[in-house]
Amino acid sequence: MITKATQMRESTRGQGSPETPSLMRNSFEPRALRDVFLTVGAWLVAAVGAVPLLSVVYMLIVKGGARLSLELFTELPPAGFEQGGGIGNAIQGTLVTVAIAAVISIPIAVLAAIYLAEFRPDSRIAALARFLSKVLTGFPSILAGVFVYAAVVLLMGSYSALAGGVALAVLMLPTVTLTAEGAMRMVPQRMKDAAIGMGCTNAEVVWHVTVPTALPSIVTGVILAVARVAGESAPLLFTALFSNYWLRSIREPTASLAILIYNFSSMPFDNQIELAWAASLVLVLIVLTFNILSRFIGRPQV
Amino acid sequence: MAVQFVLPDSKSLSQPPSVAAYVVDRTVFVAAAMGALAIIALVVYILWEIGGQALPAISRSGAAFLVNTRWDVQNESFGILPQIWGTLYSSLLALLIGGFVGITIAIFLTQDFLPHRIAVVFRTLIEMLAAIPSVVFGLWGIFVVIPFIRPGANWLHDTAGFIPFFGTSLSGPGLAPAVIVLAIMILPTVTAISQDAIGLVPYKIKEAAYGMGTTRWEAILKVIVPTASGGIFSALVLGFGRALGETIALAMLIGNANQISLSLFSPANTLASLLASNFPEAAQSERQALMYAALVLLAITLVVNVIGTLILVWTSRNMAKT
Repeated sequence: MITKATQMRESTRGQGSPETPSLMRNSFEPRALRDVFLTVGAWLVAAVGAVPLLSVVYMLIVKGGARLSLELFTELPPAGFEQGGGIGNAIQGTLVTVAIAAVISIPIAVLAAIYLAEFRPDSRIAALARFLSKVLTGFPSILAGVFVYAAVVLLMGSYSALAGGVALAVLMLPTVTLTAEGAMRMVPQRMKDAAIGMGCTNAEVVWHVTVPTALPSIVTGVILAVARVAGESAPLLFTALFSNYWLRSIREPTASLAILIYNFSSMPFDNQIELAWAASLVLVLIVLTFNILSRFIGRPQV
Repeated sequence: MAVQFVLPDSKSLSQPPSVAAYVVDRTVFVAAAMGALAIIALVVYILWEIGGQALPAISRSGAAFLVNTRWDVQNESFGILPQIWGTLYSSLLALLIGGFVGITIAIFLTQDFLPHRIAVVFRTLIEMLAAIPSVVFGLWGIFVVIPFIRPGANWLHDTAGFIPFFGTSLSGPGLAPAVIVLAIMILPTVTAISQDAIGLVPYKIKEAAYGMGTTRWEAILKVIVPTASGGIFSALVLGFGRALGETIALAMLIGNANQISLSLFSPANTLASLLASNFPEAAQSERQALMYAALVLLAITLVVNVIGTLILVWTSRNMAKT
């Protein structure tokens, strides 16, 4: 059979029949060569794209890992020519400001999401709130700092951990709202219909059906938003400012890992630069932990 | 004779919600509505607060602020043309690099160049790039990128210094390292949205192209990418928006020099890094000028992001129709 087919092809090619051109692909014709060329190019570009990540990870492990010790977590940052020291208060400050941001933004965001997904999804207010949330997610984070400076710092009369938390809350609010709305929309309509059919009020449907079903996805969104703001520095620059001491009250300025890295990176002392790398490693580990956590929680839903 | 189904003790199984349930229902509704209104109020409040603080500077210098090239604290004469130039120039260059690499990687990951499992790993790696805080990229830029590109940059300046792009030597912080780091930072945004756009292209279209005897890259460049072009374009616009607003990495790398130069190796400044570096120590009049600059930055990013979001909505609606 095969030989027959080959013979037939040979014979048609021999006759030079215009109806059946050769269907064999020549791997050296220009378009095939261009295909190979572009494939090699794509591999190269992908490899180049992966280099920065590998380089960052390498530097974090080598430079940051060198200073990893108990002292790093318990000591205060060193001054000028001092040796040793740690970043304990910066870790504390980052955790406190992020916690304040979460406490402020999550309830508002979830309530707004309930309105957008459940109560009045097609109303004008919902459409406007949805649109503004999308716009806010692309909002430069430094503007949250400028806004909170004007709205909170000037009002309270001083820089504070609270102001830093509010600035981060401004950044968290739209992301959490949009992911929570998406999660609630994924809850099948028939589950809600069944609950309404059993005589639930709208609030009971939300409380007993929609929110529990969407909870894993909502939590994923919250954790991702927390991970994002934990690494933010621009909004904290002139809201939380910085402090060389432990945080005693949220009405005081506070240190944070991001601002510590920013401040120490421009210092002419090796000790501070080493601490900046160590702080970077700790910050990246915190952010990555949140990211991995969100994947584990989100998995059963996907 | 009408048959009535009545329970023996003549009590109906169903009953209206109790007063308590009704009150709770209304309260939850009002609270949810307040949540949605809070987002709208927040945006209005942000505009009002920044605008209000900027008002003295606006009434003092008006539109001259946008074309004045000096930031002179002593004489209280402020202008942001160099910062606007630096913001747009650095973001455009970063978009050129990050956009090209990002779209290529999106194609690479979706068009079966890699076995599925490895593609997923690669995709996760790119997503991890997005998780690295910008201040860490700034630190990496100072201690890795600047030393790495300095010999090449100075060689370019020595041999091709007559080209305006290489007009100065790289002495430390400057536009080139800032652009490289910025390109890396917008890469995940561009890749993720382009991947989604390419994923939306119906499989039939690709099969039809292959059926016509195209090579893989002919199918990609002539059929798949044009079909997904709306989504890819919005990926670029949103990536551009991210680049415009990026602050801390640029404040660390760009050199904070208020000058307009085509040279890739000279220090420059952007609106966001001007805010980051000058705001903390600013006195009254400079602070008002900075608020004005923040308003300009807000306006630029707002326009870019609204365009990007609208294109995304519009193309996904068109895709849904086909």
